[in-house]
Amino acid sequence: MSLSYASPTTVNEAVALLTGATGLTKILSGGTDLLVQLRSGRVKPDIIMDTKKIPGILGIIETEAGFVIGAATPGAVIGEHAGLAAAYPGIVEAANLIGSTQVQGRASLAGNLCNASPAADSVPAMITAGAIAIVVGPNGQRAVPVEQIVIGPGRTSLARGEFILEFKLPKPAARSSGAYLRFIPRTEMDIAVVGAAVNVTLDAAGVITHARVSLGAVAPTQLLVVDGANAIIGSKLDDAALAKLDAAARAVCNPIDDKRGTIDFRIKVAGVLARRAAAIAVQRALGQAAGTKH
Amino acid sequence: MAAVAATSSAIADAALELIEVKYEILPFVIDVEDAMLPGAPILHDDLFTAGVEPKATTASNIAKRVAFKLGDVDAGFAEADVVVEGYYTTQAVHQAYIEPHACVVTVGSDGQSLIYSSSQGHFMVRAYCAKLLGMELSDIRAMPSEIGGGFGGKTVVYLEPIAMALSKQTGRPVKMVMTREDVFRSTGPTSGGTIAVKLGAKKDGTITAATAVLKFQAGAFPGSPVQPGCMTCFAMYDLKNVTITGYDVVSNRPKVAAYRAPGAPISTFATESAMDELALKLGMDPIALREKNAAKDGTKTAYGVTFQNIGYTQTLEAAKNHPHYTAPLGPNQGRGVASGFWFNIGGESTGAVHVNEDGSVSIVTGSPDIGGSRASMAMMAAEVLGIPVEKVRPVIGDTATIGFTHLTGGSRVTFATGMAVTQAAERVRDDLKKRAAMIWEIPVEAVDWKDGEAVPAGANAGGFDPMPLAAIALKAAKTGGPIIAEVSVNAQGAGPGFATHICDVEVDPETGHTTVLRYTAIQDVGRAIHPSYVEGQIQGGAAQGIGWALNEEYIYDKQGKLDNAGFLDYRVPVASDMPMIEAVMIEVPNPRHPFGAKGVGEVPIVPPMAAVANAIRGAIGIRMPHLPMSPPKLRAAMDAKAG
Amino acid sequence: MPDTNFEQPQTPAATPLAMTLHVNGRDHLMALDPRTTLLDALREHLGLTGTKVGCNHGTCGACTVHIDGRRHLACLVLAAAAQRRNIGTIEGLAGPDGALHPMQAAFVAHDALQCGYCTPGQIMSAVACVAEGHTGSDAEIREYMSGNLCRCGAYPNIVAAVREVAANAQQRS
Repeated sequence: MSLSYASPTTVNEAVALLTGATGLTKILSGGTDLLVQLRSGRVKPDIIMDTKKIPGILGIIETEAGFVIGAATPGAVIGEHAGLAAAYPGIVEAANLIGSTQVQGRASLAGNLCNASPAADSVPAMITAGAIAIVVGPNGQRAVPVEQIVIGPGRTSLARGEFILEFKLPKPAARSSGAYLRFIPRTEMDIAVVGAAVNVTLDAAGVITHARVSLGAVAPTQLLVVDGANAIIGSKLDDAALAKLDAAARAVCNPIDDKRGTIDFRIKVAGVLARRAAAIAVQRALGQAAGTKH
Repeated sequence: MAAVAATSSAIADAALELIEVKYEILPFVIDVEDAMLPGAPILHDDLFTAGVEPKATTASNIAKRVAFKLGDVDAGFAEADVVVEGYYTTQAVHQAYIEPHACVVTVGSDGQSLIYSSSQGHFMVRAYCAKLLGMELSDIRAMPSEIGGGFGGKTVVYLEPIAMALSKQTGRPVKMVMTREDVFRSTGPTSGGTIAVKLGAKKDGTITAATAVLKFQAGAFPGSPVQPGCMTCFAMYDLKNVTITGYDVVSNRPKVAAYRAPGAPISTFATESAMDELALKLGMDPIALREKNAAKDGTKTAYGVTFQNIGYTQTLEAAKNHPHYTAPLGPNQGRGVASGFWFNIGGESTGAVHVNEDGSVSIVTGSPDIGGSRASMAMMAAEVLGIPVEKVRPVIGDTATIGFTHLTGGSRVTFATGMAVTQAAERVRDDLKKRAAMIWEIPVEAVDWKDGEAVPAGANAGGFDPMPLAAIALKAAKTGGPIIAEVSVNAQGAGPGFATHICDVEVDPETGHTTVLRYTAIQDVGRAIHPSYVEGQIQGGAAQGIGWALNEEYIYDKQGKLDNAGFLDYRVPVASDMPMIEAVMIEVPNPRHPFGAKGVGEVPIVPPMAAVANAIRGAIGIRMPHLPMSPPKLRAAMDAKAG
Repeated sequence: MPDTNFEQPQTPAATPLAMTLHVNGRDHLMALDPRTTLLDALREHLGLTGTKVGCNHGTCGACTVHIDGRRHLACLVLAAAAQRRNIGTIEGLAGPDGALHPMQAAFVAHDALQCGYCTPGQIMSAVACVAEGHTGSDAEIREYMSGNLCRCGAYPNIVAAVREVAANAQQRS
């Protein structure tokens, strides 16, 4: 048995490596999770495949249709993209919460997603933004909504030989914005005990016309909370709507008791954070509307 | 036990995987109260409770009972107008020094051994290794490596004896390094414990009786700091009637090791929380209640010592007058006050002062420097010799190059080793005067020492130009040889340390998250030799105490296994968790030290947990008696109160 | 190879990978196990022990180094993935004449350390923090320095040192 390191320069080369290998191939994106797993002996790959030389897998492109984010783009680069920060502040703030500034220099959206931790910070924000993962593999390319990638703790819907090349984000509608909040016991350097992301679109009168709500760390996978979105659509986020959102968020939670928090605490805080994230998203959308007024 | 030595860590890991270990799963007990119950799984069938009458005849997890008593508590409670009672618990917490344990050792074919390791006392390392390996002390030379934090946790050996056994077998140098997980799982945290406190007082605040019962986790083998926990928890107060009982209890946890003021933070969290409850019940200001009962010079403690030259009331006075104490608070905010005591110790230390040929000065001590003590040694010697501190180079000698020195702990180094260095410097100064007298051919009594120079003592002594230290050093060979002195002491009279802390917090009423907004730590430091280092010790102790109060704990799963052996889930405070911690130094000099120094490193970790708890009580109106006061606990308590 | 004659255990003893690391302005040609982290490459193979090991899990910051001017944790970077990049460690921070970097001088001036073990990581992180412009307030400095644990609790003095260097840098520009 031996272990080798490969850094393919094309998608085809990478797919060939992933499908041709007899043993286990692990994809090295940022490496912030993989290196810890290697060191602990939890994974013993035969090939470590560094994807960062594949064209398009690093960097952010702003297009007419929206944004294309390379799957291995580090959080720090995401945090510095002014256009993305203006359009999807929730994604940027989530990416800036993953570990320390040093970790953000490497940690990527694809790595955060495919590690398939229920607590991954960027995933609820990506879900509420309507992000689509472009998955490549032996059978070509397919587009998968982010909420369909993770199917359980540590498990994804990616087939053998598949990996994520990039994420596509639609161009946001006018008067749209989002927010991500997480609860941690400290102020930094922690794993989400609960995470909540909300994206909203307002009409000219400030009424929510479209919303997406997602929760993290309260179930085996990140949840898209349709009832939560419905609770605030049609409102100006008054107290009644907030109370309905809080209740809807609590209702979908299916958390565990663990060293980071209790079931009861996670459920209650999911409601709190959903409300607070919605309020921030609406404030940002209103601010954006004010900023673009003629 | 099995150990593997290999030429690379990859080979060692692979070899370890080839070792098959079969475990017989035995019943276990983690919690200290559970371990004391009848029918609890007994860890050691040869462990009988010490300190009880009649003598114990059945094996027990209670290794020891200790008791301290003053006056008559029943009579005291009978006199009381107001009584408060509380039951408090704390969790095991780790020192969490950033440098994991590591060593390199060589055992020669002749048995002569060399140990490089990072510890709080290389003489301690030598002693343990000699005992465990059946060697003579003189066959082992222990070298003090720079130490990346200890806080009490590096006062025992873990790796060195194993590395020595491997080196002996292989005939090669052996290096051992712990992973962070190893550090959490296999080295000693400090105890968690339970503390029942009862206080009785008259309406004017005079405490008439106090009792405390402490049960501390020792880990798998006896040796919790329950005794110092008992001795310190009421030492801030002049109490006529008090009983304190402590139990040292084994359970299936790592054997505890010392952690900064061992025992005192645990017991004082309870007693200072109870003092806050008493103040509330009496409608008294918490500082006024403490002033009413404060220990002063002449106060006799429950453990027998009568205090002299203490500065406790001065810390209360300073707290009361500090602008922090009267600053306005906002919604969901609260302020807490708590005090603390630590003995500080002296003991055996050696210091040597060498005047080099060029007039520079070397200092050698046997005390590993864990917080800047070398600088303080240099400053004290420079002061005695009247030379710039830059001329003095302090180093730490290994076990073969300097006399025996007890480990760095108990806030003893600046006091005890400082005393040895000061005395050695004084001897050198006397020698320098003698040498000048020889050169000038006048009696030594006719020579004075001033600003680093020998000067004639008066007009009668003769008209000599001042002779600087360097000039005397140059002529040392002609006046009797090298100018050096080595002094060993068993220092007595370490002045006890007292501190009073003020803490402001804000609690998020929906998540239970506590933010420490402002923190002021006031402490009697005796005389600050190196003020900014003293401030650093005060800030560091407070920071560790805040971590202990809010988020740090050993968490066990249902199988009795530690579930958070890493920095991700064992949450030491990060920079953004901490407010500015203002250190206020009160100086009540210690007459037993040449410069008035008292130990400063430990007492600052004693008050914070109660200070934070009392602030949270102020913010949300709920007493949080169980550490850590983590967000899920706070949210649950707030929900319970709301009904 | 080890000079032992016992049967080689079934370890995934990988074929060494030839690589060149550019550290503190110098190229180092090395042959390392592909799993070798940049941290182990620096400490165990190049003898640059100023970069410290605190956790090996990306949770303490003691191994912070610069890669192309950005701060990274050497324990979370494979050495192989750091080829053709400019790697900077604490050993390369002082000037060629040995003059301390302003951040090193500020740490000394403010006593921004006690045991000193986390200090190389703190200083590397602090230099990057100033370069990133995350020094607008003490709170911002604390937030952007929160990836570097200091168990001695020297945070107030660390913040003071970073604040001073940032202010001086601003004055110069």
